[in-house]
Amino acid sequence: MSWLLSAPVLLPLGSAVLVFLLRDRGPLARRLSVAACGLLLALSLALMTAVARHGVIAAQMGGWPSPFGITLVADLLSAVMVLITAITGLAVAVYALADIDARREALGFHALFQVLLAGVCGAFLTGDLFNLYVWFEVMLIASFGLLVLGGDKAQLDGGIKYVALNLVSTVLFLTGIGLIYGLTGTLNLADLHLAVRAVETQGLLTVVAVLFIIAFGVKAAIFPLFFWLPASYHTPPVAVSAVFAGLLTKVGVYALIRAFTLIFTQDTDYTHGLLLAIAGLTMVTGVLGAAAQSEFRKILSFHIVSQIGYMVLGLALYTPLALLGAVFYLVHHIIVKANLFLVSGIARRLTGSFDLAAVGGLYKASPLLTLLFLVPAFSLAGFPPLSGFWAKLLLIKASLEAGAYLIAGTALAVGLLTVFSMTKIWTEVFWKPHPAGFEPALSRIERPALVALLLPVIALVCLTVLIGLFPQPFVSFAERTAGQLLDPAAYVHAVLGRVP
Amino acid sequence: MEVGLAVLVGVLVSASVYLMLARNVLRFLFGLVLLSNAANLTIFAAGRLPSQAPPLVPPGFESPPELVANALPQALILTAIVIGFGLLAFALVLVFRAYQELGTLDSDAMRVAEPIEPPSDSYGGKP
Repeated sequence: MSWLLSAPVLLPLGSAVLVFLLRDRGPLARRLSVAACGLLLALSLALMTAVARHGVIAAQMGGWPSPFGITLVADLLSAVMVLITAITGLAVAVYALADIDARREALGFHALFQVLLAGVCGAFLTGDLFNLYVWFEVMLIASFGLLVLGGDKAQLDGGIKYVALNLVSTVLFLTGIGLIYGLTGTLNLADLHLAVRAVETQGLLTVVAVLFIIAFGVKAAIFPLFFWLPASYHTPPVAVSAVFAGLLTKVGVYALIRAFTLIFTQDTDYTHGLLLAIAGLTMVTGVLGAAAQSEFRKILSFHIVSQIGYMVLGLALYTPLALLGAVFYLVHHIIVKANLFLVSGIARRLTGSFDLAAVGGLYKASPLLTLLFLVPAFSLAGFPPLSGFWAKLLLIKASLEAGAYLIAGTALAVGLLTVFSMTKIWTEVFWKPHPAGFEPALSRIERPALVALLLPVIALVCLTVLIGLFPQPFVSFAERTAGQLLDPAAYVHAVLGRVP
Repeated sequence: MEVGLAVLVGVLVSASVYLMLARNVLRFLFGLVLLSNAANLTIFAAGRLPSQAPPLVPPGFESPPELVANALPQALILTAIVIGFGLLAFALVLVFRAYQELGTLDSDAMRVAEPIEPPSDSYGGKP
């Protein structure tokens, strides 16, 4: 079974080498990149099936027994995150066929994209804190490359802020690793779960926990550490922003969920209480920031921040229902957010700008595109019967059950403000006539490019509607995932081979 | 030994924070170099530093017969140094390119991606 765990990492790394060598031969590299993403999707489906059937699976690379060897482990959360990474990866790879220009392709866009996917999958599958750091770095260096590839002025400007703040978070993460190693003598996640109980000075552990909140918090873009995100996400090509928006911050959220269900559960009043306050502030600042923006992608960027708040809220409440909601929200959000960015790219192609004041007339030009925007936009805001409605419903119900009325009210109010932002995009981009009297039309885009642009958007919209109309299997799956997170006995047993 | 390292880490961190608070991006980067070295020394100190035999296994033994120094932190630090070196090299080139394109190293003056917009009374108003 161990090949199933290493394949989602090795496949993108291998194809990265291949497409890099073939980067001058445009069409071949493009097809290879899409094919590799398709294969990754098949692999992640196989991994998902294996984990759903056999429970947590773990493998020791290099044959050293755990906790000394390099551990790869997949529980339901890891498996579903790898699956959703593959889905997003495939969608964006297809979209990139029409979105990435030949210059960026020759500079190695496809290779960096594959390395990014490898880093993200590695971070989801590793069972070791130091390897998590290494995979973060792999992901980070690929994202640096993708962000500034092409070297536009705005890209370099956004790149500086993105790189600077993410490097600081990396160093803090490394310091946290050093300190927890000093306290426990191990870095294997499952081993840490047992070892933290034996630490004499539990207060020091809480200090390290807060260091991890800061380090992962920068990656996840929580309040007040999110400034790099709206400064940079609107600068690269749309395909790059879409994959960033879908996946990167969610790796930070995943790391938070992993660390604060498996390791730091000794003082939940303090750590999870802190996370709860952060969650509320993240939701509010994100949505208010979006309300002040008048650029398509900047609005969406601020909404990433606000939505991260909901996921952290699920973790912070730390009840079965809340974690269920967080997992459901993660999956729903990645699909919807990546999709909105993809739609913004098509809208810009048709109207010529991301600036809301300078565009318009899309409803008349293309009712189809309007529908493709409305589904993810309303899902983001939480309209029934779309996926976002169930995600928000679960989290708000969990907050009410936990007696956290303030945060439940905040979540509801932020949902309302999200509708405001989405309506703003709706009226400006779709409803009002184009200010320059220009009539956009889908037929202006060449047919092959149009197919590559619309196909991933339609597929992701179908997925959103599917989750919305038939939520039960997804909810019961998220319930099993939350169960594994709250009781890590199976995880520890699969890695260490003994029961805690 | 640990006390000395702890003091050194403290000095490095305070110097790096001072540098990173500067508006000049290059100074920020130098601060980051110091900070990552401080992090590496933290890992080193966390592995405990008694004066012990080197971690070598003599022929015929499965494990070292007596207490030996902890080799793991050094492996971790080596990895971190290599990764940190790569990232800093990239960051340095990025800062240089940004200086060429934007003509400044002052982070407050870097507003190409986020231009300061004149306040508008209604976002939806037509020009």
